[in-house]
This record gives sequence, structure tokens and C-alpha cells, in this order.
Amino acid sequence: MFTVATAAGATVVMIVPGLALAWLLARGRFRGHLLLETLVSLPLVMPPVATGLILLILCSPRGPVGRILATAGIEVVFTWKAVLLAMAVMGLPLFVRTVKAGIEQVDRRYEAAAATLGAAPLRVFLTITLPLSLPSVVAGTMLGFARAIGEFGATIVIAGSIPGATRTLAVAIYTFTETGRDADAAVMVGVSAMIAFGSLWLSNRLTSQSSARS
Amino acid sequence: MIALDFVMEQGEFVLEVSQQLTGRITALFGPSGAGKTTTLDAIAGLRTPSRGSIAIDDHVLFSSATRIDVPVHKRHVGYVAQDVSLFPHLSVRRNVLYGRREGQRMSLPTVAAMLEIEPLLDRGVSQLSGGERQRVALARALMSSAAVLLLDEPLAAVDLELRRRILPYLERVRDELRVPIVYVTHAREEVHALADFVVMLERGRVVQSGEPADVLR
Repeated sequence: MFTVATAAGATVVMIVPGLALAWLLARGRFRGHLLLETLVSLPLVMPPVATGLILLILCSPRGPVGRILATAGIEVVFTWKAVLLAMAVMGLPLFVRTVKAGIEQVDRRYEAAAATLGAAPLRVFLTITLPLSLPSVVAGTMLGFARAIGEFGATIVIAGSIPGATRTLAVAIYTFTETGRDADAAVMVGVSAMIAFGSLWLSNRLTSQSSARS
Repeated sequence: MIALDFVMEQGEFVLEVSQQLTGRITALFGPSGAGKTTTLDAIAGLRTPSRGSIAIDDHVLFSSATRIDVPVHKRHVGYVAQDVSLFPHLSVRRNVLYGRREGQRMSLPTVAAMLEIEPLLDRGVSQLSGGERQRVALARALMSSAAVLLLDEPLAAVDLELRRRILPYLERVRDELRVPIVYVTHAREEVHALADFVVMLERGRVVQSGEPADVLR
């Protein structure tokens, strides 16, 4: 339950910045476009443990971000917030890439027509681009959620494996296996497989619907 | 009055227009590739000229000299593109109301009655025929209280019979509204039927302009 709740939270957290990044990468023409696209996708190809280490350095009480958060009384490392952060960072690239592909499929003539009718860019996005790319947004959300559920490497580095506090499904499987509790590990594997299958199935179904429509 | 004085360079194609459009309906007439649609795009702000200026009355929309480039959504032009571009996820009613502005001069019932689209309002756009789509697109542009209407070959994709049926609607818009219209076409009969001023374009240049009877002899 903790894993599902945290993954859901991470998914919610990644939606607004993810939509903004997807739109920027799909429609923006600016210097550093390729650099931004590469940076956004970096967690996909970097070892998750390395991403976790970067997050740990940034968010530890003496790190550049952690120091600022500490002044506001917010502690991240080895708390549920660290789990959520790791999940969001690891799920974001999948969300952004899926939504970006969906936005690219939206015919730009609709956006141009909306602009000539007096719609400012944000209104064009909210009333034309977003509804027309909605299946990809839902598909991206499902993918991001599934990725968050399965997140392990970054989580174990920045959040550890504290029972009842930071232990996620993936971390529990690892811990049970390490301690010889194979039956418990098998149950966790089954649960995680079901959640992953359901999310991916829904995501693929929505993506194929979106392709058929376009 | 629409004052055009700009150059647009797009690869090897160069469009050079220096012309005042003074008619109630000005037809941009010429063969394919002459630069007619590009001229409309420049007025609407969908393409940016390399240099020059574009103004409607005393409102400058673009000026390379003074670095003015009014964003598309602030230009107050109603653009009916050749492909019409009705929003596929909205009903006809929501399409028509999309560009509605505060203090608009025309209400939905007035526009719907003029273009005879009342029975279509609650349909989806995929249920419309070619002629109905053209009329809905025209209604949508009219509802935006545009300072100028830009119509890009609104009758090009329809057959002769449908053309005969839509033409009166355009004549009605011309006669009942005091909105200048720039009308792109390569059909002489449409110029004669609708326009009171014609600008003939060829290979990106204005080769002739004036009253249709003089230019299209």
C-alpha cells in the first residue's frame, strides 16, 4: 500500500512539470533544445544507483538543495519524501517522452486556427493540444506510475530500506530474498507483476487508440 | 484598409508584396505557388516576413524597422484556412463559440441564422459535409469579431453544385457585415461574383491590381 500511495504521489508530482517539458520539447524551438531533451532522458539510461547517489548528494542536509530545504524544516533523505523523489525522477523521462510523442501527433493547424481565433498559447495548450493528446498523457501517466512502482536502485540509495517508513515493494523483494524469506518475496513479486502488467496494458491500449485516431 | 509592404524569403521562393487592399472584398488571384496563401499567413502572423511592414488601418501588426511583431492571438483576424481546421474534439457549437470575445458584435443565433447552421450546432464535426464544414468555419471566424476576415480558397475543395450553394452565404457576409475580407482564389468567376478589388500575384510578385472588370479582362 505504501508503494502504491507513494508511486501515485510521485506520478501526480511529475504531471505538471512533465507536461511543461513535453510541450517545450515538442513545440519549442530554442537554443539548448537537444541538451534539455538529453538531460530529461538521462535517468532512463544512467544506472539508477548513480541517479540515487546524485539525488543523495543534492538532498543531504549539507547538499545544495538539502541545505535550503533544511532551513524550511524539511528533511528528505531516508524519509518517504526521498522515496517519492526517487520515483518521480525515474518516472519523469517515460512520462515526458510519451506525452511529447503524443503532442507531436497533434496537427499544428488546429493550434494555428485557435491562435487566429484569439487564444493565447496557454489556452491553445489547455483547450486544443492537451485534449487532442490526452490518450498519450494517460498512457504516459500509467508508464510513469509503473516505473515508480518498480523503482529500486535510486530509492535504496536515497531512502534506504526502513520497514514501515521507506521500504517499497521492490526494496522488500530484495530484502526478503537476501534474508531467505523466499515465500514472502514470491508474494511481492506476484503483486508487483500484476500492478506492472495492468499499468502497461492500459498504457499500450491508450497509445494504440491514440495512433488509430491520428 | 490593409497596407502590405513586405518581403518574405523562403529558400528560393521570394514573396514581395507592396500593395494597399482597399476593397470590401479583395481577391488575391493567381496560379498555385504565386504566394497567395503565404500573404494571408503573413497578415495572420502565422509566418514572419523577412522585412517590411503590415498594418490594418492604423494598427501596425508587423514592422521590421520598429521591431513590432504582434502575436497571432492578438491580431484580431478571422482566418478560414483551405483545410478549414475545425477542432475535431469539440461540437459545432463549441467550435463556433471558441473565438467569442467580450463585446462581440454578433451573437450565435444571428451568425447561425445567417449561415443556416442552426440544425448543425449540436453535431460533431465529423458528421458534417464539405459545404457544412465551410459554413461552420466561416461562422467561427465571424464570431471572433475579427477586424479582417482572411478566406483561403474557401470553395476550392467543393464541387460546382456546392459552390453555387455556398457563394450566396459569402455574398451575405459581404453585404451584411462591414468587415474587410481578403479572399484567396484562382477561380475567375468567384472574383467577379464577390470581389470589388483584385490583386493578381505571379511567382511571388504583384503583377496587376484594381477592379476585377479592369484586371480580369
